[in-house]
Amino acid sequence: MNLFHFVAENHQQILELTLEHFWLVGISTLLAVAVGIPLGIMSARWPVWNKPVLGTANIIQTIPSLALFGFLLPVPWLGDRADRLAVLALTLYALLPIIRNTYTGIRAVDPAVLEAGRGMGLTDRQLLLQVELPLAAGVILAGVRVAVVVSVGLATIAAAIGAGGLGEFIFRGLAMVNNQLILAGAIPAALLALAADFGLGWIERRLRLQ
Amino acid sequence: MELNPANQSAIEFSEVAYTLPTGQPLLSGFNLQVRRGETLLLLGRSGSGKTTTLKLINRLLVPSAGDVCVNGASNANSDIIQLRRSIGYVIQDVGLFPHFTVERNIGLIPRLENWPAGRIQSRVQELLHLVGLEANLATRYPHQLSGGQRQRVGVARALAADPSILLMDEPFGALDALTRDQLQREFLSLQQRLHKTVVFVTHDLREAMRLGSRIALMDGGRLITVLTPQQFMQSTNDLAAAYVQAFADGFDFGANRGAS
Repeated sequence: MNLFHFVAENHQQILELTLEHFWLVGISTLLAVAVGIPLGIMSARWPVWNKPVLGTANIIQTIPSLALFGFLLPVPWLGDRADRLAVLALTLYALLPIIRNTYTGIRAVDPAVLEAGRGMGLTDRQLLLQVELPLAAGVILAGVRVAVVVSVGLATIAAAIGAGGLGEFIFRGLAMVNNQLILAGAIPAALLALAADFGLGWIERRLRLQ
Repeated sequence: MELNPANQSAIEFSEVAYTLPTGQPLLSGFNLQVRRGETLLLLGRSGSGKTTTLKLINRLLVPSAGDVCVNGASNANSDIIQLRRSIGYVIQDVGLFPHFTVERNIGLIPRLENWPAGRIQSRVQELLHLVGLEANLATRYPHQLSGGQRQRVGVARALAADPSILLMDEPFGALDALTRDQLQREFLSLQQRLHKTVVFVTHDLREAMRLGSRIALMDGGRLITVLTPQQFMQSTNDLAAAYVQAFADGFDFGANRGAS
């Protein structure tokens, strides 16, 4: 049986798992954006926060993904369902690029622009919302893009704890020494990553052009 | 004490000191009165405290001692945002918002002050005309402008909400000699019409002589003396004399002819 036959016979399941994969990545990215951008703003605004915030995000990044899934398993409520656990782990991994790029993007705003804005009587909030964030938007989005591409790959490992996604094919294929099964998981995952990268890249370019 | 708004100073420094958190003093024992409607030039070398003085006026810096009063009210008791919106601020690097069009840059403060859209638009056109820019530049972005045009927009933006005071920190310092000359000329004619109280920082005696109704000479964080341009030329003060000498030396063509 070759790959084409496999796809033809299992397209229903491939589609389901791709969708599952998409949700894992999508929800965790949204959570990471919701947490990471404020943390990035915080560390750019108040340098005291810079080291603890980026340091923690860095440390999380160094934990091997399988180990992180394992660590989180005994946590109440979270450990009850594998997909919750997977979403949390993916969120944690996505934090670093988003925090770092938010920080870098805001820090890169021309000091003359900020001085002029402050001198003209913009409040802190107006400066942030009308000047700093719009000017940093391209860099922040670049961070989100990195986070998404990495998450698509990482989410395959979520199958190891039963959270579903395209990793199911890959793990099954590994266990059965079946390359077609592995490819049936890996190829859609790669396509998903490429599509996300392309789509976010397009938005990013439009933002930078402004 | 009775305050007569007619001859009350627009800006008054009393015994002002500013010290960095590191303990380094940038300004000390500073007393100065800026008269309403005058153009006061702050002259001195870099590090003499000119910019610090300027930033104390719109409270970008807070004095470590003493008091700065603007229009008779102490800055310490003023609403900082309202204070800054009532003072125009122009800096050397201009600091236009790169993601805003010229129009939005100029109209930013009126928009934040909730002016009706029509009024903002006519104000923007009026200001563009005032600083000598074509009306069709309104929809351009800052990176599409020349250095001189950008600084004109900077001036227009500072004038947008019609402040009575204008602070200018070496606004023409980064421009080429001819553009600078032109902008200085336009500044003079603008000032003749508007009669703003202007505090203008420069390190160039020529600019100070040309634009200033008075020149405040600064050195090492202290105010040395305040003189009119005429008085300045005849001053016996060492630093003032050194400036005048350096200025005259600029016309000494013979000195560097070399062997040829």
